Amino acid sequence: MNLALTLVIQGVVFFLVAWGVMIFFWPYLMGKIEERQKKIAEGLAAANRGQKDLDEAAARAKDILREARDKAAHMVEQAGKRSTEIIEEAKGTAVTEAQRLIAHAHEEVALERTRAREGLRHEVGRLAIAGASRLLEREIDERTHAQLLDKLSAEIARG
Amino acid sequence: MLFGLRVEEEASGGVTGYIKHHLTHLSVESGRGAFWSIHLDSILFTLVISSIFILVLALAARRATSGVPGKLQAAIELLLEFVDGMVKDTYRGTNKFIAPLAITIFCIVFLENFMDILPVDALPAAAKLFGVEHLRTVATADLNTTVGMALGVFLLIQWVGITHKGPRVFAGEWFTAPFHAHGTVMTVLLAPINFAFRIIEEVVRPLSLSMRLFGNMYAGELIFLLIACFTLDAALNHLSTYVLGVAQFFAGVVWTVFHYLIITLQAFIFMVLTIVYVGISAEKH
Repeated sequence: MNLALTLVIQGVVFFLVAWGVMIFFWPYLMGKIEERQKKIAEGLAAANRGQKDLDEAAARAKDILREARDKAAHMVEQAGKRSTEIIEEAKGTAVTEAQRLIAHAHEEVALERTRAREGLRHEVGRLAIAGASRLLEREIDERTHAQLLDKLSAEIARG
Repeated sequence: MLFGLRVEEEASGGVTGYIKHHLTHLSVESGRGAFWSIHLDSILFTLVISSIFILVLALAARRATSGVPGKLQAAIELLLEFVDGMVKDTYRGTNKFIAPLAITIFCIVFLENFMDILPVDALPAAAKLFGVEHLRTVATADLNTTVGMALGVFLLIQWVGITHKGPRVFAGEWFTAPFHAHGTVMTVLLAPINFAFRIIEEVVRPLSLSMRLFGNMYAGELIFLLIACFTLDAALNHLSTYVLGVAQFFAGVVWTVFHYLIITLQAFIFMVLTIVYVGISAEKH
């Protein structure tokens, strides 16, 4: 068990190996590790970004949905209001029209009645004159007795 | 001669012979004197293990992708990031050599330690078929390996100290720390004491690094050898063979399991202490 030349050789071999590791392997493998770490970091960042985008999109979708719901509700409400309005309006128009028609009919009736009464008065007047002339056996001058006749027919019409 | 464990002559059988045989290195003498002997087995296994380590790294690097990593790449990256994190926590300098050195220390020391888990007789017996008489498979159970690494770490510590603080501050620290003095007289008085302390501090680091690893691996190897001795020279017609065989099996299992813990821990300790020493050296007192 001597300390001999062997130790020099062993030391040299050993440090040569370590030197070789430093030159050839360490930077290369470490580079790969660091590259992967960077990739992983980037991937994680991208995932975070994606998650954030997704959250934002979800929030935006929710907003849009709520807006649409509000709009729809508003539209339904408007439509309801409008339909009520239309019904009311139609009702009003119908009532006015009916009243107009009724009034018109009333007028017509009154006119008819007046006309009939006039006719009747004339008829009665004529009959009265005919009757009277027959009674008097002579022709009554319509002109001279017009005043009398009118008075008479008016009395008839009143009665 | 260290520890008086050098085996000069081939022992003649028995437990002593077996263990002595196993503790003898395959070595060649490259010159006159003990220093010039080279332990071929330690160097061979270090080279083979280093090649395996580099091969695996190369394989991982060749297929490496910054996308979804394969299993090998993931495993290596796990180790890499662990060591890198540890180095970054401890050492605040810019020396690019520290982290690769740390991972090399851990992997190579672990793999060399791992040779201890293989059956103690397997590789030496295989080597014998090719006419190789002695073969020690655990390079870290050779003091030369651990001292070689620890001396390298020692030099690195000095280098980091010089480059991080500048030669002036670095040299000054040898005489002004750990005892800080005010005034010229006290500074001069304390300088030799500080210098002595610094010498001890600097010597103790590589010494403890190398001795700890070597001691653990050497002891572990020795215990495997002792367990193997249970059925040394056993014969099928002896009852003791069967009793000791079972005992050997269980002892082997227990020690192997325990040794897994030790080899990992020792590799880890060597790496962590290297990082810590470098980290301390980079900081100003």
